[in-house]
Amino acid sequence: MATFLLRRFAQAALLLVIVSMIGFAILHLAPGGPLSQYAVDGNMTQADLDRLAEQLGLNRPLPIQYAEWFFRMLQGDWGLSYRDQQPVLHIILSHLGATLELMLTATVLAMILGVWVGTLGAVRRYSLFDSLATIGAMVALSIPTFWFGLVIIYVFSVGLDWLPSGNRYTIGDGSFLNRIHHLIGPSLVLALVSTAVWSRYMRSSMLDVINQDYIRTARAKGVSERNILFRHAMRNALLPMITIAGVQIPTLLSGALVTETVFTWPGMGRLFLDSISYRDYPVVMGILMFSAVLVLLGSLLADILYSVADPRISRQG
Amino acid sequence: MKPSVPNPSASSDPLLLIDDRTVSFAAGKGWNTVVHGVSLDVGPGETVALVGESGSGKSVTAMSILGLLSARQARTTGRVVFKDRDLSLLNADEMRALRGSDIAMIFQEPMTSLNPVMTCGAQIAESLTIHRGLNRSEAHTETLQLFDRVRISDAARRFDEYPHSLSGGMRQRIMIAMALACKPSLLIADEPTTALDVTIQAQILALIKELQDEEGMAVLFITHDMGVVAEISDRTVVMNKGRVVEAGPTAAIFSDPAQGYTRSLLSAVPRLGSMKDRALPERFPVFDRETGVVQASADMPDTVVREKPLLEVEGLTTRFTLRQGFLGRVSGRVHAVENVAFTVRAGETLSLVGESGCGKSTTGRSILRLTEPDAGSVVLDGTDITALDSKGLRSHRRHMQMIFQDPYSSLNPRRSVGDSILEPLLVNRLADRSDAQGMVRELLQQVGLDPESRDRYPHEFSGGQRQRICIARALAVEPKLIVADESVSALDVSVKAQVINLMLDLQARMGVAYLFISHDMAVVERVSHRVAVMYLGEIVEIGSRQAVFGNPQHPYTKRLLSAVPVADPSRRRIKRILDSREIQSPIRDPGYRPPQRRFIDAGPDHRYMEWNDSWA
Amino acid sequence: MATIQAIPISRSFLEGAVVKRFLSHRLATFGLATILLLTLACIVGPWLLPFTDVYIDMMQRFAAPFSGWHVLGTDAMGRDTLARLLMAGRISLSIGFSAMVVSMIIGLCVGLIAGFYGGILGTVLMRFVDAMLCFPSIFLLLAISALISPSVPAIVLLIAMTSWMEVARVVEAQTRSLKTREFTLAAQSYGAGGFRLMLREILPNAVAPIVVAATLNVANAILAESYISFLGFGIQPPTPSWGNMLNSAQTYLTSAPWLAIVPGLAITLAVTSFNFLGDGLRDALDPRADQP
Repeated sequence: MATFLLRRFAQAALLLVIVSMIGFAILHLAPGGPLSQYAVDGNMTQADLDRLAEQLGLNRPLPIQYAEWFFRMLQGDWGLSYRDQQPVLHIILSHLGATLELMLTATVLAMILGVWVGTLGAVRRYSLFDSLATIGAMVALSIPTFWFGLVIIYVFSVGLDWLPSGNRYTIGDGSFLNRIHHLIGPSLVLALVSTAVWSRYMRSSMLDVINQDYIRTARAKGVSERNILFRHAMRNALLPMITIAGVQIPTLLSGALVTETVFTWPGMGRLFLDSISYRDYPVVMGILMFSAVLVLLGSLLADILYSVADPRISRQG
Repeated sequence: MKPSVPNPSASSDPLLLIDDRTVSFAAGKGWNTVVHGVSLDVGPGETVALVGESGSGKSVTAMSILGLLSARQARTTGRVVFKDRDLSLLNADEMRALRGSDIAMIFQEPMTSLNPVMTCGAQIAESLTIHRGLNRSEAHTETLQLFDRVRISDAARRFDEYPHSLSGGMRQRIMIAMALACKPSLLIADEPTTALDVTIQAQILALIKELQDEEGMAVLFITHDMGVVAEISDRTVVMNKGRVVEAGPTAAIFSDPAQGYTRSLLSAVPRLGSMKDRALPERFPVFDRETGVVQASADMPDTVVREKPLLEVEGLTTRFTLRQGFLGRVSGRVHAVENVAFTVRAGETLSLVGESGCGKSTTGRSILRLTEPDAGSVVLDGTDITALDSKGLRSHRRHMQMIFQDPYSSLNPRRSVGDSILEPLLVNRLADRSDAQGMVRELLQQVGLDPESRDRYPHEFSGGQRQRICIARALAVEPKLIVADESVSALDVSVKAQVINLMLDLQARMGVAYLFISHDMAVVERVSHRVAVMYLGEIVEIGSRQAVFGNPQHPYTKRLLSAVPVADPSRRRIKRILDSREIQSPIRDPGYRPPQRRFIDAGPDHRYMEWNDSWA
Repeated sequence: MATIQAIPISRSFLEGAVVKRFLSHRLATFGLATILLLTLACIVGPWLLPFTDVYIDMMQRFAAPFSGWHVLGTDAMGRDTLARLLMAGRISLSIGFSAMVVSMIIGLCVGLIAGFYGGILGTVLMRFVDAMLCFPSIFLLLAISALISPSVPAIVLLIAMTSWMEVARVVEAQTRSLKTREFTLAAQSYGAGGFRLMLREILPNAVAPIVVAATLNVANAILAESYISFLGFGIQPPTPSWGNMLNSAQTYLTSAPWLAIVPGLAITLAVTSFNFLGDGLRDALDPRADQP
């Protein structure tokens, strides 16, 4: 188990290095590279830019620049925002809470709904419920999230006036209920795609499991259908879902960005968009790297959880 | 035609009576009937074997007894009477109460038949709590006793182990323990030993037999293996294409089969020991399926060229490194092939035999360098294959060709059969496109297929036909040696016999040499000139087939030979093999140095490895 | 969604078994028909309408659908929504197809090479794929699109660059498994070289999952374009695309909801159709469906 963890951490570290290289490459893709902010400033001459490049060490070989940049990142020095000169990491972390709140709520919703729909679909394969769930999932995967958000706002905020059309809470009223009220719309929108994904994976995983030999064994020894489903099949079918949860993180983050834009939710996605509009590259790059690290950590966590849950892995040296 | 099932011992009522059972599976919009009115019975304490080739409907019949076929996909008619109750009238709850209590079942695939996320003990205990209403601690105690009864040592520790850490044989013991938990009066065993190695099969058969005697339990044993039938059953029911062809006492079926199908089936079964007096390989007699007319087989000519060896393998070693942990430290090595040496002469068949993990397949692949060996030399006709660069290897490989086990994956499904045979001719520039077409026809004819079938695709052929196509493809490049890796193992007995006859004919006609890799001792006895027995990556005994089979020296060879079931009920040999010795693993510590081996001559062309105390 | 197995498909495609299975998949047939109709409408539609997409009719601003000549209404500048929708469809669909082609080429090459040669080269390539997949696609799309000047070819390349990884993974897994199949070993043992093995033994047998991946890739590319255009970093007005039509519609959500509803429906319809098509192809090309 310990060696498994160590190896998995080593892999994640390696991946982190490659991820950072890609990030660094994108940074240098920008017209003017890291100096792009100054390059668009009309008051700067080429000589000024060269001097600045010299100061910042930008004329040194790329590998050295990369190494410095990478170790600064590791130490938490992610640069300063062009906009307000705040440390990038600090800005990101101050927006992280809102995004996590949204993502967690959506995930919990999607998991419960998806597992239920998927299981029922597999058990009653080819039934009307199964067909509708399959079609529904396909459509849900195809609806652009932002458009679904607009539809929700149009129906429930503009039309019925049941839900607020945006923000995390009403200014001046930070009560729990008010926050929940604001959370409903965006988390529903964000949960849509995940629910579809969860239900489809759960269905195929459950179908796979209920056709396994050990389910036949359980049936042959007289286990009731109910216990076959809950005692024998469910645990096996849920195992791959742990991996799915890990794999879902990038999709969720993408969805969160769009949802936050539509619902003016003050999270990391909004921050990202705003920063792009302001050409605030340190923050843009910061969030890009931060989200990649989040994804990395997520899949690492999923792997560890899986190894704990599956006796075939955890009990091996 | 529906022959009645005579039961000479049926003085009392049968325990289980299947009467006119028909099973159909949903196929598109209609129903496809796979079992046609099968009737059979099993008396109390009796062992009845239900035998047939693949697709005979034997497993489906067995599954239908306990209603284990999905009601959506399968439709059954006919009665099943067990202890005077008509099971087809039971509701779901009554049926469930019967399953695993009075009728228990074990299955073919022990590797997949146990729930991977439940401990072995919990899975056995579950039966006890369902049917006998035991509480947790009672079930625990009882389960430990069951472990002992199926001869699993260290029961307390095994209770909490998960199935993945156990070998196939051990898992089948767990399955048996589960089946015995409620002392059933009938055990349905669906090919329970088919996936196991022969020595493990012998243990499991002996175990079932002994437990049956202790419990007075009846067994319905489903198998395709006539050897197993002869070893264990009192009565035998032969099925073909969903119908019962013949039924009767096992001894009578084997000595005097009434039906043509049974006769042809039995004629295709090699009987270990039947070749004692013959030095050369022998074809299988050919029987007509419908009439049962025998077409006696001509004697094989002596094809072996004795002057100099065609293939000389010396010190061949192939190891696979296992890495583990941080930075991939070497945690062990699979010593798949360890210092193996042998020779094959032109026109000769050398068989490599052994059980799973003995390295016989890796040896075959290492010789062709499909797996790169770590050490040793492979000299074919004066050229050292191991010393060739990739270009030289590509041009020399054609002198050796390989035929694989799985006829379904050894042909490219996206290519016509003719194209598959054509390709090696073109790659090696043995013919231009126009000549090659003619050669393809000729090759197809050689392997007994219609030359006009060359435009068809692999999925249109049966397993045996595909194997013939693979042989044709191999022959295209005129190899001197063909490595046949379990090439007939996946085929039904009668098809197996035909393909082996073809291989022998080709040897007689073209003088090709075979390296015949197989786990099936009876087939090996039939086809080989010489035999090498492998265990844990090493050859432990090698010599002429007559010497190795007639006068085995190494304890492993003896063990292997004594475990082979013989298709002759008058020579039952599976004695009480009640040890539970497992096949060892060829995985060793990284520091392992294989010991120096000494070989002892047991006669002309017969050597065996000196063994140590572990074989005592 | 589920993992795609090595699927041996054969000439049965020509014999109609696959076609029959596909057609019996009602949703897939629906998807295919919708795609053909949509494509046709976008190609010939603009010529049949009385308005062009750039015709500004200030008298008819915010005309509601089905009120007069403007079947789907007009926008803030009095431009006909239907005309814009069809012109936008040309852009969005061609971006979807082109991005798919480019991403398939990259993914195929990387997957084939990584899977066939394996070793250090394969590890490096696949770790790179893993790393690319760590970036949430929209973040990557936006970050890069902010750096370049958005034109149609640039957007195509951008989407392709962020969507080839899944293809590479599928192809790599297929190649790795087909490489050890007996028919490949047999070809190897009669002397076939690397390219012959890759192109004649491996690739034809990986066609089924590749076709499925390609179909799903079109769906994802259309979605990706709509996301970045909606957020204002994709296709720039006045060139219409389904995504940027929605960008301006958000402002008028209360007064002119059709401006948001119509292009959204178009995207959903197109993407759903491709997803259904992909799903149907997966089932149709899977020979296991033949078994009872």
